[in-house]
Amino acid sequence: MMNDKNSQKIVDIIQNWARKHSIWVLAYGTGCGAIEIPPTMTSRYDAERLGVRGAATPRQADVLLITGYLTVKTMKRVIRVYEQMQDPKYVIGFGSCTINGGMYYDSYNTIKVLDKYLPVDVYINGCMPRPEAVLSGFAQLQKRIAEGRANGAKEYKENLEWYRANQKKIIPNWVMPEYNW
Amino acid sequence: METVLMNILGAVATFLVAFVVGMTYGGLSRKITARVQNRKGPPFYQNFIDAFKLGSKKSAIHHGAMHHLGPAFLMVSSVMTLMLVPVLTHNNWYPNLNFKGDLIFLLYIMTFGPLGMALGAGQTGNPNSAIGVTRGLSQMVGFEIPWVLALVSLMIQYHTTSITGLMAAQAHTGTWLMFSSPFAFIAAVMAMLGMFRYSPFDIVGAPTELASGPIAESGGKYLFVMMSSGSVFTFAKLTLYVDLFMGGADNLGILLIKTFALYLIPMLYGVTTPRYRTEQAVRWFWGWPSFFGLLAILQAVIF
Repeated sequence: MMNDKNSQKIVDIIQNWARKHSIWVLAYGTGCGAIEIPPTMTSRYDAERLGVRGAATPRQADVLLITGYLTVKTMKRVIRVYEQMQDPKYVIGFGSCTINGGMYYDSYNTIKVLDKYLPVDVYINGCMPRPEAVLSGFAQLQKRIAEGRANGAKEYKENLEWYRANQKKIIPNWVMPEYNW
Repeated sequence: METVLMNILGAVATFLVAFVVGMTYGGLSRKITARVQNRKGPPFYQNFIDAFKLGSKKSAIHHGAMHHLGPAFLMVSSVMTLMLVPVLTHNNWYPNLNFKGDLIFLLYIMTFGPLGMALGAGQTGNPNSAIGVTRGLSQMVGFEIPWVLALVSLMIQYHTTSITGLMAAQAHTGTWLMFSSPFAFIAAVMAMLGMFRYSPFDIVGAPTELASGPIAESGGKYLFVMMSSGSVFTFAKLTLYVDLFMGGADNLGILLIKTFALYLIPMLYGVTTPRYRTEQAVRWFWGWPSFFGLLAILQAVIF
């Protein structure tokens, strides 16, 4: 290779193009938001034409879609699911509950700001966001991937201690395997 | 020396053609499924993008040596099947290893890949994988019976156990085996429905029921190898059917037309039918398909 930096740039552009057009989603239906996923995927809105497709397990998925409020109890499972996913991986926060708690702003057992516990790449606002909003969120994620700005997983690795401290603050009995992602 | 080099080059070319054609057929099947469901659907080259993305994943976790080797077994089995099947009839560019009894050997080698895959899936420790493997082996017991009956009837009728022998028989009489031994063809096509694992026989990798079964713990590059080996295997199986029942193909265009016509059968049957349970699937294969297989044997013995 003549110029290693430039050739790496070209490879990145091609890989990001492929990542952009092939998004396998693991829809973690924690709350009411899960009901908006079937219309997004089926005949009416057909997300598959954009390359967005459901994945069956975290190992195969690219995007973790967190649909709605997260209770402290499900938070532990979400963290495990996120750490099982393979790089590069992205998180979409879906609905107002993941942004500021939404209508559960004063609840004692739901988390308020998802970004403190997992690195969120794109938020989709609304309660509930309609399928159009979900598709626009995916388009936003595609744009960020193409520009190489969807670096949530990298941030998570770099600031792991901060994230872990936050996570352990709300999960008192932390019995979790260590993943060597 | 030159012929050896030509054979190796030809084998590589065959593999590449099989890969591209298999991937494109997979993409077309996604497109056609989408059109049947009144959707626009992904572009036909979507499978290539997916494969490239899976191949360029940065991390890939495995759960031990056997899990690491599982996809390799699958790939080896696919490539061996492809090498045994004559792709084009009068062409030296696509070589194949033919010998007496290669049809029997093919029956064994076609089950070798799934068995290696089963060992790999067993090591992940995922309960969904274990259930998927048991289901896959049960289903194999189901569709192997009509498939073997069909092949044995052909062997009895034409006194040969090699694929090229059967092709020569078709060239000699001038009629396709599809018409001269119709019962064998019906049994083999019904077995093909199970072989391709489209709905209603997608009980192995049911995504919502088993979390995709044996491949549940495989992501990234492992999935890429499995996907490409599946594509190669699809092409090899379709070409085998064309060779056995439709007289082979003289050039690539005719081969593509014939294989795609065959490929439409499991695909279109799949988009209109819901999934069977395991015991229903096995019972289905031991019903009419096996009956037609026995009829084929009778036809071969009597006529």
